[in-house]
Amino acid sequence: MNRVFLFVPLAIVAVTLVYFGLGLRQDPSSIPSQMIDRPLPAFDLAGLEDGDPGLSNTDLLGQVSLLNVFGSWCPPCAIEHPMLMQISRSGRVPLYGVDWRDEPGAGAAWLARHGNPYQRVGDDAQGRLAIDLGITGAPETFLVDAEGRVRHHHVGIITEEVWRNTLLPMIEELERS
Amino acid sequence: MRLVSLIVLALLAVAPVHAFTAPQPDEQMDDAILEARARGLYRDLRCVVCQSQSIDESNAPLAADMRAIVRERLLAGDSDAEVRAWLQTRYGDYVLMSPPVQGNTILLWLFPVLALGGGGVAIIFFLRGQSARADAPLDADEAAELARLRDEEGQA
Repeated sequence: MNRVFLFVPLAIVAVTLVYFGLGLRQDPSSIPSQMIDRPLPAFDLAGLEDGDPGLSNTDLLGQVSLLNVFGSWCPPCAIEHPMLMQISRSGRVPLYGVDWRDEPGAGAAWLARHGNPYQRVGDDAQGRLAIDLGITGAPETFLVDAEGRVRHHHVGIITEEVWRNTLLPMIEELERS
Repeated sequence: MRLVSLIVLALLAVAPVHAFTAPQPDEQMDDAILEARARGLYRDLRCVVCQSQSIDESNAPLAADMRAIVRERLLAGDSDAEVRAWLQTRYGDYVLMSPPVQGNTILLWLFPVLALGGGGVAIIFFLRGQSARADAPLDADEAAELARLRDEEGQA
């Protein structure tokens, strides 16, 4: 038998090892978003308190905006919050909030304590909109264009770097076109 | 003694299935047929926060929400495939516990068959080689060696 064939198993193992090695470098917790370039699902959420206007998908039509999913129970959201306040103060882009799976009153109290960066906030106490949006955790943020289509889905905290290097350039790009 | 260990083994094999089932009693559907379909779907769908568990096994809040959606879709008259597709459009193929057979997964599905087939072919070639060598007529050197050994044996 041709001796070259004796090296076939070794070659297969080598290829497999390289493949698995590359796989280890990927972050298993990041699931590719299905929402990109799709219109937001239709929704109409109540406000956090009586008299609050609440949030519906039509509120996001007309200009580029950010839709941020948060919860008062979510520690990373508290870390992200100062950045959202900064974006809100800059007036660069309107922020809309979805309060995900909060106890009644908890979201409003949290915003009263930390400040409210949102134009409007919807109460998703049942977590239905979150699943419609393909949310796997909080915070998550969608960049929505003027036609209400999702153009970018950021999973995790919006840091200074994410804002400056990812979101802001995309917002500028969308506003130009 | 043997019987006892068999029973213990049997219990161990069954125990996890019941111990790690997450749906609460109040999640039970009134219709037994729908409940059976819901339980089947729970096992087919991945909990997207816990990743290696199905929503049948996970007690994460998001898994409970996903189970609620499964029941809601079933009550709305969806087929099992439609329920899976509903979650698939939102979470992608990832939400299915077993990957669908399609272009980027065909190698994954065919690999066991290819490995078994390839191994089988290799074994057949190997055995053929062996028998071919065994049946080959002796060459001159081998015949001389055989004659010498026979002579030695005859003298002994």
